[in-house]
Amino acid sequence: MGADQVREVVIKVEGLTAAFDDRTILENVSFEVYKGEVFGILGGSGSGKTVLVRHIIGLYEPAAGRVFIEGQEVAAAQGDARLALLRRLGVMYQLGALFGSMTLLENVSLPLEEYTELPAEAIELVARLKLKLVGLEGFEHLMPSELSGGMQKRAAIARAMALDPAILFLDEPSSGLDPVTAADFDQTVLRLAQTLGITVVVVTHDLASTFTICDRVIMLHKQKKGIIAEGDPHELREKSDNPLVRHFFNREPEAETA
Amino acid sequence: MAQLTFTAPDAATAILALAGRLDAASLGPIWGEARRALTRNPDRSIVVDCTRVDYCDGAGIALLVELLRAERAPEAAVRVEGLREGFQRLLDQYDPAEFRAPPPRREVAGSFIERLGRAGRSLWLGIYELITFIGEGMTAVVAALRHPRSVRWRDAILVAEEAGVNALPIVALIGFLMGVILAFQSAIAMRQFGAEIYVADLVGLAMTRELGPLMTAILLAGRSGAAFAAEIGTMKVNDEVNALATMGLDPVRFLVVPRVLAAVAMTPLLSIFAVLIGLVGGAAVMQLFEIPLYTYYSEVVNRVQLNDLMGGLFKSVVFGVLVAGIGCLRGLQTRTGAAAVGLSATSAVVTGIVLIVAVDGIFAVIFYYLDI
Ligand SMILES: Nc1ncnc2c1ncn2[C@@H]1O[C@H](COP(=O)(O)OP(=O)(O)OP(=O)(O)O)[C@@H](O)[C@H]1O
Ligand SMILES: [Mg+2]
Repeated sequence: MGADQVREVVIKVEGLTAAFDDRTILENVSFEVYKGEVFGILGGSGSGKTVLVRHIIGLYEPAAGRVFIEGQEVAAAQGDARLALLRRLGVMYQLGALFGSMTLLENVSLPLEEYTELPAEAIELVARLKLKLVGLEGFEHLMPSELSGGMQKRAAIARAMALDPAILFLDEPSSGLDPVTAADFDQTVLRLAQTLGITVVVVTHDLASTFTICDRVIMLHKQKKGIIAEGDPHELREKSDNPLVRHFFNREPEAETA
Repeated sequence: MAQLTFTAPDAATAILALAGRLDAASLGPIWGEARRALTRNPDRSIVVDCTRVDYCDGAGIALLVELLRAERAPEAAVRVEGLREGFQRLLDQYDPAEFRAPPPRREVAGSFIERLGRAGRSLWLGIYELITFIGEGMTAVVAALRHPRSVRWRDAILVAEEAGVNALPIVALIGFLMGVILAFQSAIAMRQFGAEIYVADLVGLAMTRELGPLMTAILLAGRSGAAFAAEIGTMKVNDEVNALATMGLDPVRFLVVPRVLAAVAMTPLLSIFAVLIGLVGGAAVMQLFEIPLYTYYSEVVNRVQLNDLMGGLFKSVVFGVLVAGIGCLRGLQTRTGAAAVGLSATSAVVTGIVLIVAVDGIFAVIFYYLDI
């Protein structure tokens, strides 16, 4: 997409402050995510990436500031409006959050059964295709607890994609995956974003994946309690004058700055 | 919306034209129709014309895979044509033939003999586990008594507070109710013989020997047995029990001993409390029948002997061990997943109560022959 085009904003975060009791995690964070892009949220462990995502999808209420998804304020949406909003989101949680009492196939089928009119055999096929996409064909009838950690992660990704949501949130999809599966998954994300115009917000530590899939990133920092860099990851790596950012992209220990 | 039109220009070919948005929301109505068009025309070669498809998400791709996966003669093949390039790439991710067979399922036991064998084996394993657990538990408790400092007393005290102190209100409620019901029902019958005073004997003996300990144990099974099973079960599901084991900490010593000790300390106390409240309930009813409080009191004190009380308390201790032990055992036996924790808690309560009843019966026989 050309940079001169006016791009449609899907997620708009305005002056967001995130706090638990009196501990402030993020302060006055603002940014926008455009339609069809893959947007990365980077930052060290504990910098508030998961907290930020949870505020965007409305699980936590902001201490200050507002979040809009497709022009609608998330915290203000109630009842049917909220359901309609959630219907457009797919979320993969950092720890998978698969339903332990259901098989993989049932996990992926659940949103399809609840939200669509498709006949049962169609739902099964759609779910099988999603599982195939993450390389889990043949494991349809296993329970999540019978899988390895990385397999659970992939199943969680498949479930998040079940309804082909307009906006897909992925919290560290590639951690716990082997390099080949992770690279395959990157290609899948790109294909989805490019052909279906799905907007992907991905929290990641994986530099290779960041450079492959992310159109733009923001980087959070624990001490700064906010965004320390924003933009194209390649440009940030080459040109950023912030040592924290350069260390992150070049995988160097932070202590050397001093 | 998604649209479907089917045309058959000649005997050998047919065109299935799809148009509009093929997505999860709109495919419901045409899915079956598309499939039927294929099955009704087993001998025609079919072109699925997608030139007028504007959008095609995962569900749309699934429909195309569905049409392509059917097994057909070579001259009656199905082809997808005119799909936009991006969507075509999504479709190319899959090989439709792979989805012909249903996904593999785990074999479930077949013949009757085989199932009987499995059931017998799992019964035996259950008994075996129980015996192992009793052995391990006893060793751990004995070790704990020999080296009291190895016990995690802080945990034990917390459990004692939760299982004992916090159970007082419900024990009081049920104990009082028991006393009242017992006194009232028997008083009505005994009044016909002018023997209301013996209600005191009945309430006193029944509460100390049987109902106090029994009812306390059942309440303990419902409150704390279930709690132990759920707590330890959740730890098991989250790998916390394995974490303990790999740290070299014996889960039985770490989790079971404090709970069993706390339960053993608390059940007799709760049981005495239940008996006293039951007697208060009985006394309250006796006021209705105009038996003075003091008469009631001296009748109870004369009739109920120390060994009645001791027998009851001894039973309480045994019930406490059983309920806490079963709660912990079921917790440690938890398989995986959230549902398994629920099953463990249920099974802890059911097994606990069954054991209480069975052991109480055994005690009744023993006490009868020993004339206690
Ligand atoms: N529910 C909560 N209650 C209180 N504090 C929380 C809660 N969730 C997160 N935090 C705090 O917020 C901070 C950021 O946590 P967050 O989970 O967002 O980190 P993260 O950037 O996702 O890290 P990681 O890469 O390790 O997943 C941490 O200091 C954490 O202690
Ligand atoms: Mg996180």
